[in-house]
Amino acid sequence: MSGVLAVFKRELRSYFATPIAYVFIVIFLIASGLCTFYFLGFYESGQADLQAFFYMHPWLYLFLVPALSMRLWAEERKSGSIELLMTLPLEMWQVVVGKFLAAWVFTGIALALTFPIWITVNYLGKPDNGVVFAAYVGSFLMAGAFLAVGACISAATKNQVIAFILSFITCFMLLAVGVQLVQQVMSAWAPQWLVDGLASLSFQTHFDFISKGVIDLRDIVYFALLIGACLYANAIVLQLKKAD
Amino acid sequence: MIDVQGLTKEYGRLRAVDNLSFRVEPGQVLGFLGPNGAGKTTTMRIVAGFLPATSGRVLVCGHDIETQSVAAKRRIGYLPEGAPSYPEMTPRSFLEFIAEARGIPAAKRRQRLDEVFALLHLERVLEQSIDTLSKGYRRRVGLAQAILHDPEVLLLDEPTDGLDPNQKHEVRELIGRMARDKIIVISTHLLEEVDAVCNRAIIIAHGKILADDTPRGLETRSRFHNAVSVKLATPEHLAAARRAINALSEVASTELDEKTQRLTAFPAPGKLPLAAINALAEKERWHLAELHLESGRMDEVFRSITGGAMA
Repeated sequence: MSGVLAVFKRELRSYFATPIAYVFIVIFLIASGLCTFYFLGFYESGQADLQAFFYMHPWLYLFLVPALSMRLWAEERKSGSIELLMTLPLEMWQVVVGKFLAAWVFTGIALALTFPIWITVNYLGKPDNGVVFAAYVGSFLMAGAFLAVGACISAATKNQVIAFILSFITCFMLLAVGVQLVQQVMSAWAPQWLVDGLASLSFQTHFDFISKGVIDLRDIVYFALLIGACLYANAIVLQLKKAD
Repeated sequence: MIDVQGLTKEYGRLRAVDNLSFRVEPGQVLGFLGPNGAGKTTTMRIVAGFLPATSGRVLVCGHDIETQSVAAKRRIGYLPEGAPSYPEMTPRSFLEFIAEARGIPAAKRRQRLDEVFALLHLERVLEQSIDTLSKGYRRRVGLAQAILHDPEVLLLDEPTDGLDPNQKHEVRELIGRMARDKIIVISTHLLEEVDAVCNRAIIIAHGKILADDTPRGLETRSRFHNAVSVKLATPEHLAAARRAINALSEVASTELDEKTQRLTAFPAPGKLPLAAINALAEKERWHLAELHLESGRMDEVFRSITGGAMA
């Protein structure tokens, strides 16, 4: 565990030693604010809840998380520090988990910094804070899933731009198959079981459930399994292509 | 001890390391020599546990680098080629990370870090980010990282590359001081480095061992070994002197360097021409500007050993 902690601490510190952290947090806060107040009519809806705020999260993550995850391994590879990291007396999983956790906690910090909006809604009315809490948990889990997908893809390439684009496309598909509009289009030619099957694999579907305030074990298991599988794949990819 | 047994590494159809076997014992400073692309770095990477071998195995202090990698890596300090680190960190935070990842107990960490900072003269730059440091400092941060846990085995891939002569000297001194009870393997293409710090040299090309000897032993393979070079203060007598030297039974042949006007006499097999040439010079009353016994030229040995392999 101490190995995970060492990697985790170094990594998290590094975010704040570069402008990445500040740019990411500022853009996340501005974009989530804009979406909520401007495009989705937070005030106009006249309801004291954060539906509009959370509604946009999957789409915000779609752009922002691949920008964060693209550098996870691609940069280590490019600068050669991967050679240093991989010759420390650590198991592969400790390094993979340590790096992932740092990125995840970092997005958690960005998410936590949206607290003024939660205070605002409590000031304006009486929201169901249980639902708000559940949605925050769901949003955090979903960010983890985006990150794990992105980390795995980043491990496969030295080029951050390629890592970004591939992560973006993969995450986009994982989101889109859960969107009703896409499902309707698909059911015109695909059998229903396929449409439902794909939908049940989507971030969107599971996030929708949780953000309505229903913390179902199945949704949590879904995100946990997805993160676990991606990190496992991440370790395998690294093992295979460490030096390329 | 490092025990390398039948190590082979293939990249697709290219065989970078070809059935390499050698052992290194404590107290040895092994210079790993070879032209660029000979397989030095690949071998270092496999021994350090970064790359898996295609076949063969590596034991580091009895631990297999692939199946008991953590135990083996604990005993190794490794400076990768180019001394990579994390440019946004400061030397202090970087080395603190290494200390933590290497499991140096928190109580001893402070003291050990201060020792290493002092050893490599890093005190002045501890709070500066690594990407603002000069190449020399970056290399020293890399060295600090490698020796931090006082490892039994040190693998240094081109440790003095990019350093100025003073820094090179310092790093070699440091290696010399650590050499007594450690196993040190240095890969380099600088022959002077082998002379300066190593007590054993392996020359490889195309992934194969071509020579395994002491630096002295390698020098005796040179045709310059025991050769004598002469420079006359009166160049007009040079042609006559050359004929006379050539006639000596101890001399196999002579060569004249047109630029320096220095005459080199190569010994006949098993002979030492120095005394005979000296006597000849006295008898003929030559005015010698220089008389010099060659010990053998490493670069020449290197070229002749690897030359055939490069073609």
